[in-house]
Amino acid sequence: MSAPVITKVDETPAVTSLRRKDLLGISDMAADEITLVLDTAEAMKEIGSRPIKKVPALRGKTVVNLFFEPSTRTRTSFEIAEKRLSADTLNIAIASSSVVKGETLADTALNLEAMQPDMIVLRHSSSGACHLLSRICRSAIINAGDGMHEHPTQALLDAFTIRERKKRLEGLKVAIVGDLLHSRVLRSNIHLLTKMGADVWVCGPPTLIPTDIRRFGVRATSRVDEAVADADVIMLLRIQLERMEGAFFPSLREYFNVFGMTEARLRLAKPDVIIMHPGPMNRGVEIASEVADGPYSVILDQVANGVAVRMAVLYLLAGGAEHETAA
Amino acid sequence: MKRLLKGGRVIDPVNGIDGVHDVLIDGDRIAAVGRDLPADGASVVEIPGDLVVCPGFIDMHVHLREPGQEHKETVASGTASAVAGGFTAVACMPNTIPVNDNANVTAYILSKATEANLARVHPIGAVSRESKGELLADIAELKGAGCVAITDDGHPVKTALLMRRAMEYAGMFGMPVIEHCEDPSLKGDGVAHEGYMAATLGLRGMPGACEALGVERGILLSELTGSAFHVAHMSARASLRAVRKGKEAGLRVTCEVAPHHFTLTDEALGSPIPYDTNTKMNPPLREAADRDAMLSGIADGSVDVIATDHAPHHYDEKKVEFDRAPFGIVGLETALPLSLDRLVHSGLIRLPRLVELFSVNPSRILNLAGGSLSIGAPADVTIIAPELRVRIDASRLRSRSKNTPFDGWDLRGGVAATLVGGRPVFVNPEARLAL
Repeated sequence: MSAPVITKVDETPAVTSLRRKDLLGISDMAADEITLVLDTAEAMKEIGSRPIKKVPALRGKTVVNLFFEPSTRTRTSFEIAEKRLSADTLNIAIASSSVVKGETLADTALNLEAMQPDMIVLRHSSSGACHLLSRICRSAIINAGDGMHEHPTQALLDAFTIRERKKRLEGLKVAIVGDLLHSRVLRSNIHLLTKMGADVWVCGPPTLIPTDIRRFGVRATSRVDEAVADADVIMLLRIQLERMEGAFFPSLREYFNVFGMTEARLRLAKPDVIIMHPGPMNRGVEIASEVADGPYSVILDQVANGVAVRMAVLYLLAGGAEHETAA
Repeated sequence: MKRLLKGGRVIDPVNGIDGVHDVLIDGDRIAAVGRDLPADGASVVEIPGDLVVCPGFIDMHVHLREPGQEHKETVASGTASAVAGGFTAVACMPNTIPVNDNANVTAYILSKATEANLARVHPIGAVSRESKGELLADIAELKGAGCVAITDDGHPVKTALLMRRAMEYAGMFGMPVIEHCEDPSLKGDGVAHEGYMAATLGLRGMPGACEALGVERGILLSELTGSAFHVAHMSARASLRAVRKGKEAGLRVTCEVAPHHFTLTDEALGSPIPYDTNTKMNPPLREAADRDAMLSGIADGSVDVIATDHAPHHYDEKKVEFDRAPFGIVGLETALPLSLDRLVHSGLIRLPRLVELFSVNPSRILNLAGGSLSIGAPADVTIIAPELRVRIDASRLRSRSKNTPFDGWDLRGGVAATLVGGRPVFVNPEARLAL
C-alpha cells in the first residue's frame, strides 16, 4: 500500500503486530502488547473524527460476529470498527435455544470456517468457548466475552479511557465495586491493570467475591468506603439481576444502601476521580443516577473508545503494519 | 490343567508372603505357593525376577455403561480395558439405562460378562428405585442376583432418612452402602473445584466442604445403624479428616481414592490445554492441599482402596464447552502405571501396600473371594512390571472411549499379565513373559 493510512502506527515500529493468532483474554498478554493496542487505538480514534470514517486496512478480509448471547453495545461496536476498517462483516446471532436443537458450537464454527472467514468475533455464555474455537479454527478468534471468564476488549477500552484522562495507568488506585463473582469484565480488568502497575481494589458482598481473589494481586474488601478512599478510578460492575435468584444478598434496596455509588461516597475518592461502568447500568442499584450523569462520569467515553480499541485489535491481529506492507 | 508360575517376586499380604516364590495353579484355583515347587506335570511359566506376582487387582468403581449407553462402553470393551489395566475383576455402578435396581438388569450385565469372558464383573445395585432417592430398590433381590453392594452413585442418596434405611436394610445382608458424597445444594451448578483456578477460568465452583458434608452424614449414620459405609472417589482433605476420625472411633467406614485425585490438581484445567474437558470430573480435581492429603492418606493407611471411577464418554460428548461436558474420565488402563510411578517409585509406599490398595482391601470391603493367593482361592493373578516404561496413548486404549487427561504421559511401571481363573486374559507384549 503506497500512502501510509495510519501514521501513528508507523511512528512506533518497535512492535507492530500482536504475537498471537487470537485474542482470547488479557491473562496471557504481555504489557508491551497491551501498550501497543492502546497506542494503536489512539490512531484509530483519530479516524473516527474524520468526515470520511473509513480506511482500507482490512479490505478483502471477512469478519464474522458470532454472538450466542444478546449484546447491543459490544456487537455494534465491533461491527462499526470492522466497517471503518473496510472489512466484510457478517453478523450471526444464535439464541442459545437453537443450540439445544442440535448443532454443537464446534460444528457451527467448522461450518463457518469452511466459508473461509479471516476472523471470528465470539460472544458465548460458556467460559472457555473461545479456547475451544481457537483449537479447531484457522481463523483468528477474538473473545467478545465468554461466560464468567474474560472480556478482553472491554478491559482494553477501559484502560484506554483511563489513560486518556489520567495519562498513565501505573500507580493509580482503581476501585472495582459490584458483582465480582460473575463478572468477566472484572477478570480482564484485574489482569490488565495489575500488569500495568495499577493498585487494584475490589469490593462487593462476600457472597459475590470469588475464592482466592487476592491471588490475582488485588486487595479485596467488603467495606466500600475503604475501597473508594483516595481512588483515582471507580469502576462499577453490573448487578446481574437475572443471576440473583440464588440469594446472594437480601434485596436490591439493601445492596444500594451498602454498596451503591452515591455522591456522598464519591467524596471519599480523589477530587479528580473518574467513574466508569461497562454497561448496561442498573440505575439506583450499583450506581446513583446523579453519579452516572455527573461530571466525573466517563461512561459514554468508554462506549466511544470501544470502537477505536476494537479497530486496533482487529488491525493488529490481521498483521498490523506488516500486513499492510505485504498487501 | 496345571500351570506353574516359576520365580518372580510374589506379594500376598493376606498370607504374609513377600519374596521369590512359585505359584501353582490347578484349573481355576490356586493350588500352592512356595519356594522351588516341583513342576509335577504342570506347564511351567518362567517369571523374570523383576516382575511381581500379586493376587488379582479389583477396581471397585467402574461405569461399564451397558445397558443403555453402549456408544460409551460395553461390558465387553470395559472388561477388555480392565484386564489390560491389570484388573481381574471390576465392580460396576448401577447408573445404567435402565438403572440396575432389579434382578433383570443385574442378570443382563452378568450374562454380558460371561459372554465377554475377560474380567470378573460384580454388579453394584441401586439404593433406590431408578436411583430417584424415594423408595428403596429390591435389595434382597439384587443381592440374590449377584450384586455385591448398593449405591446411587452419580448422585448422593437423596435424604438422610433413606440413607439410614438403606444402611439398616443392606446391613442385614452384610452389604456395604457406597456413597457418592455430596451436598447437592452446596454443589449447585458447580463444574470445577471452588478455588483460584475456577475463579481464574470463570467456572462455577464446588468446594471440598460439599463432599465432606456427605462423608460426615454417612459416618454419623454408620454409627447410628452399625452398618458398613464406603466413601466413593474421595477427593477433599476435609473428607479424609472425617474418615480418619470415624476410623479412630472404631466405626465401619472405608474409602477409596481415584488416581486422578492423587496425581492431578485443578491446575490441569488451565494447562497444557485450557478448558480441557478431560479434566472435568465429579468430584473435581482439587487444589494441591487436597491432592497432598490424598497422598498422605494413602501412605498412612487411612485410604483403603484405589479405585478408578472409570467413566467413559464418547468424544462427541466431550468436544463441547467445558460447562456443558459430562463429568468423568476413563481410568482402568492408566491406574496401575500412575500408581506405580507416583506412589511406589516416588517412595511414598512400598509394593505390599499397593497390593492392599488394589486387591486385598476392595476384596474385603465387597466380601469377594479374591484378594489373596490362599490355597483354594480363585486363580486371579495380576503380574506387574514395576520397571516397565509406559507411554499412555489414548488412541490405543481398549476402552471404547478415550477421554483421559493422561494422554502422552511417560510413566514407570505397568502390567505384565492378567490371569482370571488361571487363564491368561491379557499379556503385555512389552513385557518379557511367555504365557
